[in-house]
Amino acid sequence: MATVEPPVESLAGEPVAAEATAPRRRFGYELLYFALRNRKLVVGLSVVLALLVLAIVGPWLTDADPFEFGYPIGEPPSRDYWLGTTSAGQDVYAQFVYGLRSSFIVGALSAAIASLIAMTIGFVSGYRGGIIDEILGMLTNVVLVLPTLAVLIVFAAYLSVGSLVAEAVLIGVTLWPWAARAIRAQTFSLASREFVSLARLSGAGSTRIIVREIAPNMSSYLFLVFILLFGGGVLTAATLDFLGLGPAQVMSLGQMMYTAVYSSALQLGMWWWFIPPGLGITAIVGGLYITNVGLDEVFNPRLRER
Amino acid sequence: MSLAVDNLQVYYRTLRGDCHALDGVTFAVADGEIMGLAGESGCGKTTLGKSLIRLDGRMRLVGGGAALDGEKLPLGNDKAMDKFRFHEVSIVPQYAMSALNPIRKVGRMISEVLGARGVSYDETLPELRRRLGLVGLDENVLDMYPIELSGGMKQRVVMVLSTLLDPSLLIADELTSALDVSSQKAVSEMLVEFRDRGFVKSAIVITHDLAVLYQIADTILVMYAGKLAEKAPAETIVHAPRHPYTKMLLASLPEVGVTYSEQRLNGIPGRPPSLFDPPTGCRFRHRCPLASEKCLEEPPFVEIEPGHHVACWEA
Amino acid sequence: MLTLEGVSKTYKTGTFGGKPLDAVRDVSFAVRPGEVVSLIGESGSGKSTIGKMILRLLPPTEGLVSFDGMDVTTLERGALKGYYRRVQGVFQDPFSSYNPIFKADRVLEQVKDGFFPRVPRGEWDRKVEEALHSVSLNPGDCLNKYPHQLSGGQLQRLLVARALLLEIELLVADEIISMLDASTRIDVLNLLGDLKGRGLGILFITHDLSLGHYLSDRIVILRRGRIVEMGGTERVFGNPLHPYTKMLLASVPQLHRKWSDEPDGVTDTSFDGAGELVEVEEDHLVALEDSA
Repeated sequence: MATVEPPVESLAGEPVAAEATAPRRRFGYELLYFALRNRKLVVGLSVVLALLVLAIVGPWLTDADPFEFGYPIGEPPSRDYWLGTTSAGQDVYAQFVYGLRSSFIVGALSAAIASLIAMTIGFVSGYRGGIIDEILGMLTNVVLVLPTLAVLIVFAAYLSVGSLVAEAVLIGVTLWPWAARAIRAQTFSLASREFVSLARLSGAGSTRIIVREIAPNMSSYLFLVFILLFGGGVLTAATLDFLGLGPAQVMSLGQMMYTAVYSSALQLGMWWWFIPPGLGITAIVGGLYITNVGLDEVFNPRLRER
Repeated sequence: MSLAVDNLQVYYRTLRGDCHALDGVTFAVADGEIMGLAGESGCGKTTLGKSLIRLDGRMRLVGGGAALDGEKLPLGNDKAMDKFRFHEVSIVPQYAMSALNPIRKVGRMISEVLGARGVSYDETLPELRRRLGLVGLDENVLDMYPIELSGGMKQRVVMVLSTLLDPSLLIADELTSALDVSSQKAVSEMLVEFRDRGFVKSAIVITHDLAVLYQIADTILVMYAGKLAEKAPAETIVHAPRHPYTKMLLASLPEVGVTYSEQRLNGIPGRPPSLFDPPTGCRFRHRCPLASEKCLEEPPFVEIEPGHHVACWEA
Repeated sequence: MLTLEGVSKTYKTGTFGGKPLDAVRDVSFAVRPGEVVSLIGESGSGKSTIGKMILRLLPPTEGLVSFDGMDVTTLERGALKGYYRRVQGVFQDPFSSYNPIFKADRVLEQVKDGFFPRVPRGEWDRKVEEALHSVSLNPGDCLNKYPHQLSGGQLQRLLVARALLLEIELLVADEIISMLDASTRIDVLNLLGDLKGRGLGILFITHDLSLGHYLSDRIVILRRGRIVEMGGTERVFGNPLHPYTKMLLASVPQLHRKWSDEPDGVTDTSFDGAGELVEVEEDHLVALEDSA
């Protein structure tokens, strides 16, 4: 995704103009300019941010507890119950907004964990190469090839995931392989650039070079990876929850769908119960992925449409 | 049959405004002539080469035009130029040998290129084999992947492909820059041979290396900052240049036989002007030791003796 | 000062390293203090690999690289830093040598962080100004700028200035001007000449014989990882003996001689000639043909 410029810039036919203005600021403005004009980015980000706001603010707008029973059974949306009630007498709106919260928390946490693992493994493999790369590569391959969902199901069933954090950790440690591969590849190409050699000639050690020279160069790429991991985390959590393997005491969108399905909400036509969570998941994940594509175009001038 | 370029102006669109890459060049290339186009980075030589065959997304034809064999070339019209490309005007672009698709065998790639141009691969195959043989390549090159070939071999393949339909004009952009000295000589001489055999009628060889041009070009055109500086037969340019830029450029080239201690060479102080807002008058005047009041007015590109054009008041 | 003895570098390629690639084979030469030695070779000759081994960026597979009697390949940490105070490098691509997201003068800061951490800022700034002046750079023009705001020539000169901050004795210059424009090349080349005049030893790696001839005291000609001819500049250029050297000299495009002037067959590349180096006259060694 990030570009590696071809070497012979000074001999190419394109003119090199001397600039007086600080390009870092200009670079930021240029990014902003393209960012605001990129439809995918704007649309995707708007959807995600709207849902995030709802996840934060939504629960404040209601007194109901998502697990609380006692509301009228099976009511469609009305002024009192904005998204209706479940067949067990629970407030769907409350469930929905608390569920959104869970999704964002799990997504962020699992993405953070996966990113950390991916960066550590990716940077070290890509920079060091040799036997270390081979060993880490084998580890990556093993985790990559594991049927993640099956493993998660087994783990979740035996370890009885009790909290969002536990779920996030579980997901995070299985989500990272593709990201590690991608980071490794980028690091490989950056490590062969002369500024790395020069840093070595200045006495810098490997860690310092990775942290100070290579990672900052890849910052936009790392950002994109994080976004994708976020989306992946939300989706995987939803899947686990949908199978009834998520933390039962925490309301989540997947759990809503799980309950809805075994309560035959579909057959009973209780659309207000199963459509919002499904839509919510799709919107978050879809929005993140579209944002990702848009951001990639903004960061990488060669992909821009014009 | 020849190329006539008339006041060609091509600018690049950028966020910072228009870059005046090529600002009004007029010259002609005769039938059978190999013209070298020399200059440093930013002088517009690659822009000139590209604009004669295909303007890319950011380039804009602002004025002027060109005619090949008396027929006007529709430079600004991408679709209309299509019938000229590869048939009449062909290009060996910069980095061509690195641009060969690594997962295509050479023969397959050639057939795809020909197919895209409406030419039958099978019909052209005998001629293709003949030409490959002429440049010293075995015909089983067609069955190889680019990675199996050396730099010199790849460049030869690209040259054979570009000239397969006997174009009137071949534009070669930095043909030998990426090659080793031994391949450089072979490929350069190959270009001359192609012209001698009639595979191409005329050629424009774009490079920053004046020494290579001296070896193979009939005439040399020196460009500076989007404008023409001097054009003359190769011998004259190298041994009797009249434009100060040409003189200073030649004086900065180390040759075998010259050492620092004995004869210190000098560069040209300063840098080429910005092409976003080019200076009025002669664009070289800020760096020219002969600059004067007169140079505030742009010198015309005139013929000071037969076959020798210079754009300088002092020439 | 710098000595290479029997240095080789072999890469293991192919699956399970079945096909070894000899990048450098049994290379031995020396650079004396204040001397400019040119390492001339085409692509694949191993010249850059030798440069990197001298700079400790690559380990040699065999052989000894020593600086003032010290084995360079076993240096670690503190001793390695000490080595870098005396030997530095500048590379080919000025735009690849700078991290594009940072300002260009950061490379100077790196040197301060690594080697002069306790030097007060005022003193450091003066040192930097001095180094910049000695490479004919105006501090106002190049400090606080990003790499793409500077020209290739300025960038390369800045790298030389960086090396000079360390009071080095040897500079490894790996194709440092091949990516520059013709009119700036000579300026950087002349800069190297000035530095040589002030006692700096230079290992000048290039593929361009004219450049080698312009600056060097001694020449080493490499082909496919081996030395085929070496000696004093005048000896090698004046009386080239190895067919490869002759081929190189005949193939270089010159402005005072045409290719068509050369006798035929000089540019044949079908020879072997990579055997032992033999001293044919004083300060002139040539590799014999391999008898095999």
